[in-house]
Amino acid sequence: MARVPFLAEAVMLACAVAAFYVFPYDLALITRFLVMILFVLSLDLVLGYAGIATLGHAALYGTGAYAAGLFAVHVSGDPLTGLAVGAGAGALLAFASGLLLMRSHGLTLLMLSIAVTLICQEIANKARDVTGGADGLRGIRMEPVLGIFKFDFIGRTGYWYALAVVVACYAVLKIATLSPLGLSARGIKDSAARMVAIGSPVYWRLVTVYTISGAIAGIAGALAAQVTQLVSLEVYAFNLSAEALIMLVLGGAGRLYGAVIGVVIFMTVHHVAAAVDPFNWLFIIGALILSVVFLVPSGVLGIPAAISDLFRRGNDAARP
Amino acid sequence: MTEVALSLHNVTAGYGQTHILRDLTLTVNRGDRVAMIGRNGAGKTTLLATVMGLTRLHRGTIHLRGGDISHLRPYQRSMLGLGLVPQTRDIFPSLTVEENLTSVLRGDASLDEAYALFPRLKERRNNGGTQLSGGEQQMLAIARTLMTAPEIVLLDEPLEGLAPVICEQLMQAFEALAADGKRTVVLVEQQAAAALKFASRAVVVTNGSIVYDGGTDVLKQQPELLERHIGVAHA
Repeated sequence: MARVPFLAEAVMLACAVAAFYVFPYDLALITRFLVMILFVLSLDLVLGYAGIATLGHAALYGTGAYAAGLFAVHVSGDPLTGLAVGAGAGALLAFASGLLLMRSHGLTLLMLSIAVTLICQEIANKARDVTGGADGLRGIRMEPVLGIFKFDFIGRTGYWYALAVVVACYAVLKIATLSPLGLSARGIKDSAARMVAIGSPVYWRLVTVYTISGAIAGIAGALAAQVTQLVSLEVYAFNLSAEALIMLVLGGAGRLYGAVIGVVIFMTVHHVAAAVDPFNWLFIIGALILSVVFLVPSGVLGIPAAISDLFRRGNDAARP
Repeated sequence: MTEVALSLHNVTAGYGQTHILRDLTLTVNRGDRVAMIGRNGAGKTTLLATVMGLTRLHRGTIHLRGGDISHLRPYQRSMLGLGLVPQTRDIFPSLTVEENLTSVLRGDASLDEAYALFPRLKERRNNGGTQLSGGEQQMLAIARTLMTAPEIVLLDEPLEGLAPVICEQLMQAFEALAADGKRTVVLVEQQAAAALKFASRAVVVTNGSIVYDGGTDVLKQQPELLERHIGVAHA
């Protein structure tokens, strides 16, 4: 059967548009979904495509959030300029930290990435006069998007704005992953040693991919700051990095749309389970993750292939 | 006038503290077709890896078109015009044929050139790298190196384990690669007969040193010389 190009993307976009009309009173929650989707997409670029295992991606997200928040408080409330500032801050931190991080791998990389986040969190905490410290950065007032669409209390503008940003970033990531840079990142994930042998600048490719990912994570953070009009130290929380990783594994890494599916499943289960049982909802999340890791390690998107394999094995066994 | 493309002076190199190449000196001119032959473990692969910067250089220098590249990283050497086709082929399994080629695309290189050299790859451009036969994988490995626009192509035992008909196709491709005389080809090969047929110059490596460096005609006319160096007398 011929594969329809961009079918998955078209279905996801249709679902996002439909969600606006189906859940008109949950727009804040769905906008939060979109922010997380963007953040997990940025993680997919480094982990799913380039094989960079990190538990410190919140550092890039948080820096983007603080940069955009401070820009809105002190310079301008223009949302698009704020996004650019968030992207620049995320990219700058990713480049600077990437120069060190990309020299390591495995457990060392994991530890160093966590360390970068902790340093950022401590800086934000200590610079109370600038960031508001543990109380968070307040006073963020956003101007209308493109000077036309005012942010409203219900979150309609915030939703469409976030959706537009996610779609634009998704397109950029799609192009990046199909470019020689993205393909070489996948080659590096397959075998960095092979890439070195054929003369590819592995280290600089990884730094470049990490920097692009930092820009996208920074945009996600900036978007969160703009739609919630608050930035707190939680943007640097270890939980944020860990949950993003879980969402990506859940959906399936290295496919972009796997990140979207992982976020939707995780956050929906999280939301519903926490409403049903506020004290034990983590058990449900834990069971979900264990099921996916053991039964379909390639994520939810790998389920059709797993079922197909099961049937094929059954047929082979039945054959005389 | 001959132009020196690559030169190694008193090179001692190996892996870690182990010395595989010992005090080796070699000069390759632009447009040369060099067949590098020797027994298993003689140091041929290490020699190519050393030129590419993949081993530890203990002593000596390596020059590319007169410039010292001894301390450059492999990718810097590649950007200066060195291209290695590894013995292990090193196809990326998660990428298709076309993606394998595009992943290293650089400079003036184009997919059309690769497909013109190996039409089979164009037919299979959407196949995964691991869905190819051994011969097709070798074609892909060679074509992928061409995507880095190399002036000097280092081929490490490209005929190993392949059927005679595929070997013949690959040898024709090597002829095409070197046809205009602008590209230098260094062919490391166990199949001495095929290598000597392709090359105009032969280098015999034994125990990490060069024991013969001269025309291929001499080796073809004096089988006992080849017998003495590599144990094969039917070139």
